Amino acid sequence: MGKMPNWADVILIPLISLLIAAVISALVILAIGENPLDAVTLMIKGALGSTYGWGYTLYYATNFIFTGLCVSVAFHARLFNIGGEGQALLGGLGVALACLYIPWPHWTLAVLGAGVASATFGALWAVIPAVLQAKRGSHIVITTIMFNFIAAALLNYVLVNLLRPPRAMDPASAKFPASTNLPTLHEILAPIGINFSKAAPANVTLLIAIAACVFVWLLIWRSKLGYEIRAFGHSETAANYAGINATKITVIAMLISGGLAGMMAINNVMGEAERLVMNSVEGAGFIGIAVALMGRNHPFGVFLAAILFGFLYQGGAELALWTSIPRELIVVIQGLVILFTGALDNMVRMPLERLFLRLNKGGA
Amino acid sequence: MDILALLDPQILASTIRLSVPLLLACLAGLFSERAGVFDIGLEGKMLLAAFFSAAVAFQTGSVWLGLLAGVAASLVLAGIHGLASITFRGNQLIAGVALNFLAAGMTVLVAQSWFRQGGRTPSLMGGARFEPITLPFARDDATGIRYFYTEVISGHSLLAYGAFLCVPLTWWVLYRTRFGLRLRAVGENPAAVDTAGVSVVGLRYASVMICGILCGLAGAYLATALQAGFVKDMTAGRGYIALAALIFAKWRPWYALMATLLFGYLQALSLRPDLIERALGFNVQIQLLDALPYILTVVILAGFVGRAIPPRAGGEAYVKER
Repeated sequence: MGKMPNWADVILIPLISLLIAAVISALVILAIGENPLDAVTLMIKGALGSTYGWGYTLYYATNFIFTGLCVSVAFHARLFNIGGEGQALLGGLGVALACLYIPWPHWTLAVLGAGVASATFGALWAVIPAVLQAKRGSHIVITTIMFNFIAAALLNYVLVNLLRPPRAMDPASAKFPASTNLPTLHEILAPIGINFSKAAPANVTLLIAIAACVFVWLLIWRSKLGYEIRAFGHSETAANYAGINATKITVIAMLISGGLAGMMAINNVMGEAERLVMNSVEGAGFIGIAVALMGRNHPFGVFLAAILFGFLYQGGAELALWTSIPRELIVVIQGLVILFTGALDNMVRMPLERLFLRLNKGGA
Repeated sequence: MDILALLDPQILASTIRLSVPLLLACLAGLFSERAGVFDIGLEGKMLLAAFFSAAVAFQTGSVWLGLLAGVAASLVLAGIHGLASITFRGNQLIAGVALNFLAAGMTVLVAQSWFRQGGRTPSLMGGARFEPITLPFARDDATGIRYFYTEVISGHSLLAYGAFLCVPLTWWVLYRTRFGLRLRAVGENPAAVDTAGVSVVGLRYASVMICGILCGLAGAYLATALQAGFVKDMTAGRGYIALAALIFAKWRPWYALMATLLFGYLQALSLRPDLIERALGFNVQIQLLDALPYILTVVILAGFVGRAIPPRAGGEAYVKER
């Protein structure tokens, strides 16, 4: 085709979409009687102006990297996994069980064990929709939505009836033992002379998330399996003709996707809360959709988009604290980003393609 | 054990009340999906409609103006959905997800800005609400069938009766009118409809707009009839349950009535755990009841209990050949 240079597709379109979303968000802020410029200044100061702010921004970003990768791996196989939320919830259950019932001598072993447990639980929660899609043709979007609700009910049951310590009132597990507590960025950065905020929840999981980005990049673009996943995503019939097993790819892609979502729990359950609470995911599974769309399903893009959303999240919390703009502004922005980078992609793309076509003709 | 406790008139009346929003949203989804446009944005449309109907009803004191505002708000979202998925041929599912977030955020934002009560509207009273209607022949001291009639059938709001009338109406439109025939055809084989000289885009927009109107009614019912005012996230997943009901009903109007009554019954039961215990002699976990609609849907989707086959062209934008 070659209607447009690659950089325009990868950078220009997301930026324009983001710009439109930002302009509309600014109009929304204006409409509720606040000053958008003040709001942005406050957000930047609150999210990036101190190591405390950065600590929260990076903490949220870590969550979103995992869920963003989850959605994007599935997207490569042209599967829309809306189930990140439920898979991350189950991942939390895996982490809680691993931390509560296995006596870990040191956090390094604990994070390995809990990581495996979270990925397994998340992957298993994704595998039923995957098998149903591959074998019975049930639409994966619908089944993963249903599984989100089933996961919420299951977690509710487990927390209220099984994991809640005796005589405790709130539905949450017991505190994890101290040997499973992960080092925060404060502890990691102190030896090299950086005084990072002690109170911020960002922790060593950020490094695991970055490693996950590299892993997904290697998987998708440098492995046979990744090639098969992409081929399957581009054309199921062609992949089939090339001897790629549709069932196998669907299931494997969803296993990896669900496993990544589950691993988010290392950050929020093990790293931050240090116990399993109700609704621990707090919508991060859904933000993964926006992150994957903005990041164009590339791990590096997902990384950047996750930082952006981490900034929005922390900035939004600061806004809610200091102004009368509620936190839900972030949900609006999230919706706008999904709308413009995902659903209305062609609205931005079509005029741009025409523009580049004309430019190319002019040049030739 | 007292198995009849499960048919307690109070439970049945509350089943009807809780089924109404599910039914309206389910029929909304039916129109949209039968025309080949998947809509997981039912939730968002209902939510936005719930807020605007409550807000306008509160400001004007007229529930009818509120209803109109709710439907209008829902239609705006339906328009965006149409624009994204029909005109710009974007991903219909992603568009639906986006609308859900947009509605979830906007309602709280605007509610906070207008009423400053933490994302809700003030309580509605008097003419700002749909009041229960007592049907003729209903009497408080009745017995037998008449008692049942008084307790269960009578005493719902106008919107509720309207919702149940929508079922035969939907059936008639879909299966007995030219528009319905074309609408179903466009969801199965848009190319054939196009060849016959009928506008695919027009039909799909029409069905998406009907979907918007019905979602608007569902939202208005939630905020002005079922409850007295809007609270944050008041749809509470009903849009998704409606979607589940739609699959359960295999995209057919009468089955949709059955499915939504069933799911409404489950919701009503989960509000009364004491009755379940009285009826069955043991305690059923509320969480299981909450999850049951979703589990049932997955089982249906898996094709173990009859196969649910969606409209063939669902989810795909139609690209006219040139």
